[in-house]
Amino acid sequence: MSLKPNAKAVLEVKDLKTYFKTDDGIVKAVDGVSFTVHEGETLGIVGESGSGKSVTNLSIMRLIPSPPGKIVGGEVLFEGEDILKVSESEMRDIRGDKISMIFQDPMTSLNPFLKISTQMIETIRLHNPQTDKKEALARSIEMLKLVGIPSPEKRIYSYPHQFSGGMRQRVMIAQALSCNAQVLLADEPTTALDVTIQAQILELISEINNKMGTAVILVTHDLGVVAGMCDKVCVMYAGRIVETALTDDLYAKPAHPYTEGLIKSVPRMDTANKDKRLFSIEGQPPNVIDLPPCCPFHPRCHKAMEVCKHAYPPEKDLGNQHEVACWLYIDEETKKQALQDATQQEKA
Amino acid sequence: MTKYIINRLLGIIPTLLIIITLSFFIVRVAPGGPFASERNLPEVVKRNIEAKYHMDEPLIKQYGRYMFDIIRGDLGPSFKYKDYDVNYYISNSLPKSIVLGICAMGLALLFGISAGIIAAVRQNTWADYLSMGVAVIGISVPLFVIAPVLQLIFAMKLNWLPTSGWYTTGEGYLTIILPAVSLSFAYFANIARLTRSSMLETLRSDYIRTAKAKGMKNSTIIYKHAMKGAMLPIVSYLGPAFAGIITGSIVVEQIFRVPGLGKFFVQSSFNRDYTLIVGVVIVYSLILVIMNFIVDIVYAQLDPRITYK
Repeated sequence: MSLKPNAKAVLEVKDLKTYFKTDDGIVKAVDGVSFTVHEGETLGIVGESGSGKSVTNLSIMRLIPSPPGKIVGGEVLFEGEDILKVSESEMRDIRGDKISMIFQDPMTSLNPFLKISTQMIETIRLHNPQTDKKEALARSIEMLKLVGIPSPEKRIYSYPHQFSGGMRQRVMIAQALSCNAQVLLADEPTTALDVTIQAQILELISEINNKMGTAVILVTHDLGVVAGMCDKVCVMYAGRIVETALTDDLYAKPAHPYTEGLIKSVPRMDTANKDKRLFSIEGQPPNVIDLPPCCPFHPRCHKAMEVCKHAYPPEKDLGNQHEVACWLYIDEETKKQALQDATQQEKA
Repeated sequence: MTKYIINRLLGIIPTLLIIITLSFFIVRVAPGGPFASERNLPEVVKRNIEAKYHMDEPLIKQYGRYMFDIIRGDLGPSFKYKDYDVNYYISNSLPKSIVLGICAMGLALLFGISAGIIAAVRQNTWADYLSMGVAVIGISVPLFVIAPVLQLIFAMKLNWLPTSGWYTTGEGYLTIILPAVSLSFAYFANIARLTRSSMLETLRSDYIRTAKAKGMKNSTIIYKHAMKGAMLPIVSYLGPAFAGIITGSIVVEQIFRVPGLGKFFVQSSFNRDYTLIVGVVIVYSLILVIMNFIVDIVYAQLDPRITYK
């Protein structure tokens, strides 16, 4: 879990904005998200349901259902090239080959009508057309072995329904990595699995991350998962990243009140006082339709100030790759200025 | 699987026996009789006729006699048309209806599935509206309107095709086209709409997203990943639809002078031609159960999650 000092950045997301047009207005599902993933790194993206974590991942793959969704701004640099600008056919060459994705529900993510062998071989041959069927089959079996499927040379001819949920997720991982992807986007890969299987799948992902040097973006709402796996964490709220930090830092000194709340709401079995054992953040996540310019967390924040209601906080670097978007860390002068500007604008 | 097939085939026998029994009694319960429309017959003549058709015997005895004949493959004499029996009528007209039905269903499948897929893939574009518009016309405009309109355009005005007739009576194979097209319209419409909705649903499923994430082309995704799942509802529709289409349609047969089976469904009921009614009912139900059986087998071939024991 250590960060290599000179690791190259493989994926850089800059100011990504993905909006959805609905009858009620524009949903800013992702609104200016930036982060960088380096070779061999595991980045966690945490947040509540609807905070935009999955949409971020799908936007990187350009798989946002359109309409209604649209990537309206920003850049996604893969090895220095903005993949939001490449043609659809170039993008297809990247998907599944250089950037792969695994999904939340392994029960429905594999095609129930096709044998595992068909699905895996087709992925390999799609991106390596010179490979013949035999080679692709051998490679598939090898991948299944790597992800811990027992007797893969027989099991590869099974259909998805003949596997358990955990095994299916293993197959998904094997398929996603069969072309040696540099980046693996894991969209809540363990949410649909029971706890013991969860641990196994996470272990498998981090093993692969170590062995193959695949960079992993792990989207989850489970802080426990993040703590065990990720080098770095982004906390998302209402379509924006509110805090980014190395995992240890984040747990030791969470800067954003939201992160603080999230960490507190992880159930602890070691606290003596039973009444206070389970903390929850008051209120509901905001409706992201036509959100006014403000810190979206302010109605639920116990440290909210006047300025929080009127302007979105700028990002503040706290050192050691720790960044936070919260007015608490901004000096009085700037706050006053921002409040003044905001009220003036509201009047106008 | 073999055991399942044998069981299902054996299961057809009691099903048919029940259907035959029910229809045998139901047609006799209906008021009137085969000779009710004859002018006042002298009592003696009437009794003679009834004796010829064993109608003077107790019902249960008639039933026993009829069942015995059926097991030997004899559907009995027609009550209305002298000198011919039901076997003759059915064996003469059914093949014609089957040929016409297969042609019509072929057209309906070809165009219905293509239109449905195009509509689903290009959802909410002109292609979608066009194919669904045609489908709505196909469903809502009755056959007796479509058929004469086609006759008017292609036979009368353009002179491309014969107005009516059938190739077995030496009027050329082109005679098949207009009745087949007319007959296929409603089926085309249903298939197109079914295909569209099930394809849309399939395209929204998680495994299609996975296929996209693998970097596959849309066209490959549709025929390789989405087709099988999207075809399941069509297959279950096809069972009864096929049974219906190959047993003929009186409207098409009347308009295009096709000597098919369809007219017997209607005529035999008007005539209270007991044996002919039960005869066509047997043919229809036999085809229907066989079709449903085929549907179940095809289902298992398409969906590996379905296994029969």
